[in-house]
Amino acid sequence: MNVLDLARTQFAVTGSLHFLFVVLTLGLAPLVAFMQTRHVVTGKPVFERMTRFWGQIYVINYALGVFTGLVMEFQFGLTWSRLSHYAGDVFGAPLAIETLVAFFLESTFLGLWIFGWNRLPKKLHLACIWLVTLTAYTSAFWIMVANSFLQHPAGTVQRGDHLALADFGALLTNPSLVMAFPHVIGAGLFTGSFVIIGASAYHLFRRTADQEFFRRSLRTGVVWGFVGATLAVGFGYAQFGFVNDIQPNKFETPVTDAALVTMMTIGQLVHFVVMFGMLPLLIRDVLARTRWLHPLLMLMTPLPFVAAIMGWLAREIGRQPWLVFGRLRVADAISPGLTTGMVTFSFIAFVGVLGLLAVVDYLLIARAVRRGPDQVALGAAEPADPSPAPALAL
Amino acid sequence: MEIIWLAVLAVLLVGYFALEGFDIGVGMTLPWLARAGEHAGEPGGRARHRDRLVAAMAPYVLANEVWLVALAGTLFGAFPALEGTVLSGMYPVVVALLVSWILRDAGLWFRRRLDGDAWRGFWDAVLCAGSWGLALSWGVALASLVRELPSQPFDLVGLLSGAVVAAAFAFHGRSFVAWRLSGRAEAARTGRRLLLTAVVAALPAAVPLAALVPSLTDHVASSATLNVLSVIALPVTPILVGAQVWVWRTFGPLGSTGVAARIPSFF
Repeated sequence: MNVLDLARTQFAVTGSLHFLFVVLTLGLAPLVAFMQTRHVVTGKPVFERMTRFWGQIYVINYALGVFTGLVMEFQFGLTWSRLSHYAGDVFGAPLAIETLVAFFLESTFLGLWIFGWNRLPKKLHLACIWLVTLTAYTSAFWIMVANSFLQHPAGTVQRGDHLALADFGALLTNPSLVMAFPHVIGAGLFTGSFVIIGASAYHLFRRTADQEFFRRSLRTGVVWGFVGATLAVGFGYAQFGFVNDIQPNKFETPVTDAALVTMMTIGQLVHFVVMFGMLPLLIRDVLARTRWLHPLLMLMTPLPFVAAIMGWLAREIGRQPWLVFGRLRVADAISPGLTTGMVTFSFIAFVGVLGLLAVVDYLLIARAVRRGPDQVALGAAEPADPSPAPALAL
Repeated sequence: MEIIWLAVLAVLLVGYFALEGFDIGVGMTLPWLARAGEHAGEPGGRARHRDRLVAAMAPYVLANEVWLVALAGTLFGAFPALEGTVLSGMYPVVVALLVSWILRDAGLWFRRRLDGDAWRGFWDAVLCAGSWGLALSWGVALASLVRELPSQPFDLVGLLSGAVVAAAFAFHGRSFVAWRLSGRAEAARTGRRLLLTAVVAALPAAVPLAALVPSLTDHVASSATLNVLSVIALPVTPILVGAQVWVWRTFGPLGSTGVAARIPSFF
């Protein structure tokens, strides 16, 4: 592979890894916030247990979203520095706004939520998770603004050797953005719900002690899975008109066509199953009681992840060979002076470290699911016996 | 407008060193601080001391490390011509810094996710190594910036600069631990000392920054871009400050036996 292929593959692999974790973060955040709200409003302990159990899965998943996100942010400058020279005046703005207005707050409030358990007053603690959700969605919005600019550089003029910002409003009403943003939000809810459905099905199938807990969780998952799948499919179709206008040949290569077809097949099929199968079976908890269905629910858990990655591949590969569509080619955006050795080194470092950590993270999530709601570290209260355990027993 | 964004960049860089500096410092000195606690005859073994030290910094880490994310974003938005040149000009240093950062964070997030000494000991070692990597690569990066991006940044000057940053962070980390684990009575004294070491930790960033101001002003984004950034980001500044203040108001000195010290930490 030459430098260009290596740098592209590095970006594609780290970007795909990032989205695998972020899509679940986006889906679980509002659902956890919703569970905690029900706890604060009703005072029922089951909702607190749900908040802590699903919140812990959310938080373990969040870690990898951050690790991969750091690499994403710095990679623009590392390997694609000519992008910042050519389009930095436009492309840099939404990314800067994302870090300052959204992620800075998201990270701060998440720290308060994780470590403020049993310390902050209940309502303020609840406010933290809603602020985390709000800022996570704001963050997704600005990232989508930046990505949509690459798909369709609206609101810009060529000035000398670079692009200048002419109309910031046009960046925000970019036809590549307006339907894609709710599509991604739907995909997030869809994914988060299916993780809840799959994990609940596992406990229902194993007939573990917490049947009531997972019956409720399954209901939440199915209802929000329906909302998410409907948004994802609806706003997915709504994009076709815009895409035909701005990138008419986007889905005509074999790879983009295959990715698009895979995503649409999964989306439509699962949407259909949720609407006509799972949703009606919530009546009298038939779905929770019908044990032979539970392995099927577990097997469906990876489907939204596959669909999400396929969607991004279709969107990003369909932009090739352009980095900024119609303006700057990927091949012309690579940093000057980059050697194969340098990118091989960073490729092995990033992909090796992040790949290993991603595997560890998924195993930890699986273990947290298996251990169930009784052994959750997140939000654990002070131990009944305050005397410290003897050191050698640790 | 240029002055405002120059100030934002400066505050973020100096703030990152003053705040994240103590997290990195605690991570670097984790084995030694734990051993010192053991020798001082405090209850619990070395592993339990490491738990206490990590729990001491845990509530601040997410709020502190994000200053660097915001710094990189500001660099991209307000100084785009510089962003690409600087990051690709220090390619191996930035890769080392990122990998160290990820490993340090992985140590924090993963250390308590499984039971058992071996698991926690392994991730504590990763946390310590990542913290050293962060401090050293920051030193090399700053030396590289001042010398206008030499092709071989890992030379004697770079490593000396790394040693200076590492020493400053270790010093700052130690005074943070003294403040966080102190009781109400000593909190005022250890707090003043923490402010002092924060200045010490910020100096390695502030000095090169002052030298770089002229080249920063040459590479600022167009006024149209800066106006957009200002209209959207500056009104949010009070919320950013408020959120940071909230963290420091929520988590204060623990004391060694207080109720707050007994709540199990997630990290």
